[in-house]
Amino acid sequence: MDIALETEALDVRYGQIQAVRSINLVVPKACITALLGANGAGKTSTVMAIAGVVPNVSGKVSIFGQDMTGATPDTIIRAGVAITPEGRRIFASLSVEENLILAGAATTKSTTSAERRAMMMERFPILGERRRQLAGLLSGGEQQMLAVARALMSGPRLILMDEPSLGLAPQMVDTMFAIIEELRAEGISILLVEQNASLALEIADHAVVLANGKVAAAGTPSEIVGQDILKSAYLAA
Amino acid sequence: MDIWLQQFINALSLGGIYAMLALGLAIVFSIARLINFAHGEIMTFGGYGIFLSMALDFPILVTLTVGIAAAVVMALMMERVAFRAMRGASIISLLITSLAVSEILKVLFQNFISPRPVPISFPSLWSGSYQIGEMTIGVAPTVSIIVTISALGGLTFFLRHTATGMSMRAAAEDFEMLRLLGVRANRIIAVSFALSGLLAGIAAVIWTAQRGSVDPMMGTFPVLKAFIATVLGGLGSLNGAVLGGFVVGILEVLAQAFLLDSLAPYRDAIVLSIVIILLLIRPDGLLPARDGTRS
Repeated sequence: MDIALETEALDVRYGQIQAVRSINLVVPKACITALLGANGAGKTSTVMAIAGVVPNVSGKVSIFGQDMTGATPDTIIRAGVAITPEGRRIFASLSVEENLILAGAATTKSTTSAERRAMMMERFPILGERRRQLAGLLSGGEQQMLAVARALMSGPRLILMDEPSLGLAPQMVDTMFAIIEELRAEGISILLVEQNASLALEIADHAVVLANGKVAAAGTPSEIVGQDILKSAYLAA
Repeated sequence: MDIWLQQFINALSLGGIYAMLALGLAIVFSIARLINFAHGEIMTFGGYGIFLSMALDFPILVTLTVGIAAAVVMALMMERVAFRAMRGASIISLLITSLAVSEILKVLFQNFISPRPVPISFPSLWSGSYQIGEMTIGVAPTVSIIVTISALGGLTFFLRHTATGMSMRAAAEDFEMLRLLGVRANRIIAVSFALSGLLAGIAAVIWTAQRGSVDPMMGTFPVLKAFIATVLGGLGSLNGAVLGGFVVGILEVLAQAFLLDSLAPYRDAIVLSIVIILLLIRPDGLLPARDGTRS
């Protein structure tokens, strides 16, 4: 099995609080790996630690076989990782197009960046229509699309998606999950953090359940679905 | 009519200097969350750059370039030597660090250059004036207004239309997210300091040209006014800083021109009282930063 991302004994601390305890996680290439668990289970902390923006991390993180323990986010992003964070965090006071321009400029040449921008406008026509609008004026679903398009500007091979369906209308959730499956079909590996476990298990190839900062279960969706461990993981917090 | 227009030109000229200094403070604050009390020393160092080039008999254009470059280098050095080590520290720790930097630099200027003002003589053309109809207008304020407007216009273009400028606006909104896109934090912070140095350097050129000398305290008072301007405009708001700079400059010139002689010693007190009244009416400043999370 080809591996995109692997963590060994990952610990994350915020001062006295240990958010993540000794997590071993494997994200295979070109697969969707769901990371499930209740609020406060440590999902976002895990993602942010992998992305390199959490200061107190111990354990090992390797990305496409390279050791990335303690690396800064710019190194990690250049290794082929992109992130769509919880709450989308698009730059509200910039236009849609500016959000994409700065994301492209961070990692690629201007010609590549312009090509990718044109591709994004084609892939997400609503972003093309609203390119000059302030990103903060987009609907929640459009903002999530912008977050995905922005992540794709670096040409990633692995995307960390944190709660992409949060706060979206049901129809938009379906659209978003269809996009995630498309990305997998293009060979991109995905770590999908979701509160909506049943939905995530429908499209995931593998799943890991966190409870209280630890791995409570891992396996294929059919192994996980309906298990007591999933229910208790959500009730535990 | 005549006096009004002349005072208006003076006000724009002084306000423009405050606006550039305030904008430099606001750029650094919006990105590095640092209230840089050593900003005045960046300006002073620019002034000494001009002084040194003149002592060496450089041509005037080289002299001005050296002055501005000195300010940029000083701003970058401050970031590298003092503030980078403190990154992520609380706003109070950063503020105290910048106070220390400011005091250390003042002492260095006093001990290694001179505690007294050193002269700077710009070409006589500078202190001349010209006539439009009935009015006599000074060359110095005219040039300073043109330079200020070009600098502010150039900076606006940079922030609006270049990818780095967009990244800087994004950094003010959500720096961590910008890093998650692969942007190097050091680079964006260095650019913000370089820009603040550039603006302080231009301000130093105009200021020294008008005063004709440089001393270790040169930057302190205009930057103090610029601090007031950033708070008046809305801390962290770039447009607010520029507006605040012009408002403070205009109030000062109006007070200077139209106050009775007996009230003249209270000029600053009167200007500050007006600023306090404005802040009581609009506690977040005249043009607060758009993002509600700014403190």
